[in-house]
Amino acid sequence: MMANKRVDEPTGTETVGHEWDGIEELNTPLPRWWLWTFYACIAWSAVYVVLYPAWPLIDKATAGTLGWSSRGELAKEMSAADMARQSVVEKIAATDIEKLSASPELMSQAISGGAAAFKVNCVQCHGAGAAGYQEFGYPNLNDDDWIWGGTLTEIEYTLTHGIRWEGADQTRANYMPAFEGVLDAGQVGAVTGHVLSLSGKAKGNPAGATIFAENCAACHGPAGAGLPEVGAPALNDAIWLYGGSQAAVRKQILAPRHGVMPAWQGRLDPVTIKMLAAYVHSRGGGQKAAPAQPVADAAGDVAEVPKAENDG
Amino acid sequence: MADPNEPARPVPAAEKPRDWAKALGSTDHTIVGSALYEASKTVHNKRIDGAFRRFKWLVMVVTLAIYYITPWIRWDRGPYAPDQAVLVDLAHRRFYMFDIEIWPHEFYFVAGMLIMAGIGLFIVTSAVGRAWCGYACPQTVWTDLFQHIDRLFDGDRNARVRLDMAPWTAGKITRRGAKWAVYALISLLTGGAWILYFADAPTLARDFFTLDAAPIAYGTVAILAGTTFWLGGFMREQVCIYMCPWPRIQTAMLDEKSLIVTYKDWRGEQRGSLKKAAKNPDQYGDCIDCQQCVAVCPTGIDIREGQQIGCITCGLCIDACDKVMKDIGRPRGLIDYATLDQCEAEAAGAPATPAWKALLRPRIFIYFGVWGAIGLAMLFALGTRAHTDLTISPDRNPPFMLLKDGSVRNAYTLRLRNMEARPRDMEVAMVGLPRGALLWTDAVSVENAAAVQIIAVPANETKVVRAYVMLPPGTDDDDSEHFAFRLTSLDEQRETAVAETTFAMPEDD
Repeated sequence: MMANKRVDEPTGTETVGHEWDGIEELNTPLPRWWLWTFYACIAWSAVYVVLYPAWPLIDKATAGTLGWSSRGELAKEMSAADMARQSVVEKIAATDIEKLSASPELMSQAISGGAAAFKVNCVQCHGAGAAGYQEFGYPNLNDDDWIWGGTLTEIEYTLTHGIRWEGADQTRANYMPAFEGVLDAGQVGAVTGHVLSLSGKAKGNPAGATIFAENCAACHGPAGAGLPEVGAPALNDAIWLYGGSQAAVRKQILAPRHGVMPAWQGRLDPVTIKMLAAYVHSRGGGQKAAPAQPVADAAGDVAEVPKAENDG
Repeated sequence: MADPNEPARPVPAAEKPRDWAKALGSTDHTIVGSALYEASKTVHNKRIDGAFRRFKWLVMVVTLAIYYITPWIRWDRGPYAPDQAVLVDLAHRRFYMFDIEIWPHEFYFVAGMLIMAGIGLFIVTSAVGRAWCGYACPQTVWTDLFQHIDRLFDGDRNARVRLDMAPWTAGKITRRGAKWAVYALISLLTGGAWILYFADAPTLARDFFTLDAAPIAYGTVAILAGTTFWLGGFMREQVCIYMCPWPRIQTAMLDEKSLIVTYKDWRGEQRGSLKKAAKNPDQYGDCIDCQQCVAVCPTGIDIREGQQIGCITCGLCIDACDKVMKDIGRPRGLIDYATLDQCEAEAAGAPATPAWKALLRPRIFIYFGVWGAIGLAMLFALGTRAHTDLTISPDRNPPFMLLKDGSVRNAYTLRLRNMEARPRDMEVAMVGLPRGALLWTDAVSVENAAAVQIIAVPANETKVVRAYVMLPPGTDDDDSEHFAFRLTSLDEQRETAVAETTFAMPEDD
């Protein structure tokens, strides 16, 4: 093979001595610095293998003398981000929730923080767009209908203590009695018609109105306007937690469903709960706190109130 | 070797192939032997003066001046924009160049400039060969600068060759140390100037020395200074020969009509000294084999071997050869800018063609036309672009919201772009929705909902606004309604932008 080496005449370069179907290869040498670059890479890799995690073992790789790990790096970045947020968190903690809106910057920071926390903790039931799922009775948080009140304070309370959450002393709770067996079929039909008539979806009837006044008005109000203090939903509006068809309303009268929301106290820190309240409030339906309005914190006292739904 | 049974193909005698390998492909690095790796030889190029050298000086001064001075030029843009003429503001995603301000969404202007730069290289290459390599390429400019430093410290070619071979005495160490210190200084200035394009130059320069600048600034300077020191001080022509892709691309772009630096072998050969030529005038050509063309070459090649990858077409060998020809009383241009076609014609006895005639080629005009068309189109686009824009993203989850009283609300994220360097009030109105449609934003409570909203947009910013549109109950529609938001700037320009979107409604049950 080597014997076939020859000098290529036009270029004056020696061939490598191989030949394939008349094609020969010139032996153009690499520059020597290229070789040194190659050696430098080898040396670098040797150093790297010692300093950083490199050799895969059974359950993990060799640690490397610098102690670097991607998890450690993440933890460092997370704690740095926490540190950077610390001043904002402290400010939110120190601000009364109804006074958050006095500082638009703080409010927007709270809303952003709440949006992030919502994605982790709330979307499972309320959905990524906070629109809930009617078929399961998870309420929509974007609208202006609030069963338990829609001010920042009320939303924060609901988040903190939950709704019908076992083990939370101050949880919001009420139970609507089941009218199965209490009312006969005709009465149920009549009252269903009356309930739907409150929002103009059906024609009213005197029999239904009487039954409603006797059995329902105590909580839902004579006109069906609801009572947020006890979590009695309004029946005279366009929004129905479990559906607004005749069948759905009838079903709810006969065998009411009672939704449950976890109490987040102890699972989330108070600042996160406050930020979540700000986020939910900002979704477009938040109510302003009326100056003289009593705060709906009497949930423990209303356990016997009929008719129940949950809302955040 | 070749199959012995195959008859040798006859070469037509009339069609003698041009020696292309010699003309275009031969390499200076002729190595005979079994060496796999070649030690690089330092090029000690000799000082030369002449037309091309002076042009090279001029280009060097102009390009270096542009590089070092540009970040310091101030340009008044009012109180809401930086006053640096050329600034790549990565943090705020703005690119300022005198009166032009480019936003990220207008990156096609930058892409267009890159395309123009690319086609510009095509024009230059088809017109005057590798002139970019020879004069304007940063690698060439800095290599030239460093070679002048060499000359300043160590003398001209012969002295440098001697010093290179001399043992490492105290004197040599001092000299090398001083020279490398100057290399390092230039390198630091090179890296230092680079970062000034990315932040306010006076502030950054001060912060840099008080150690208050960002770590990335020091890192960038270190990397650029290091590469300048290494590539300009030591690698030099190795970059052109082994690292740079451009010579390879140019090899494909050159043809027999391209201007290149050529040695006119028909005139120069047979090489011989003046004495020999005096004895046998008929046997020898004009080349006296004085090696001056090799001595002055910054990449250390012998142009008489023909065009090759190491030739950056700087023309210094032309200067050297012309000087020698003048001294010995022979006509200039033994080495000259010429096309291979011109050389062939001259060799056949045609009169010499002026080099500029090579520029009159369709290819150059086509490149120039494309280049100019892109440039004009970009100028037109720049001159007529709107400084106001509106984009809409409707909320998709949920698409609509039924409210207590039966009215329907949709939420939108509006992005109001104000590209003027001053704050502006902008009016947002809805076009194509039924009467009674109300608009409000997260900054304006629902009580103040109205048919239009006026929003203050800060200077040079895109303001993101979450907006709500509500249709009263009973609006006759059961699907979705197409409509548009119209943005109007409330200043004397009254620029408008319209963005179409839809209003989603629940289906009647």
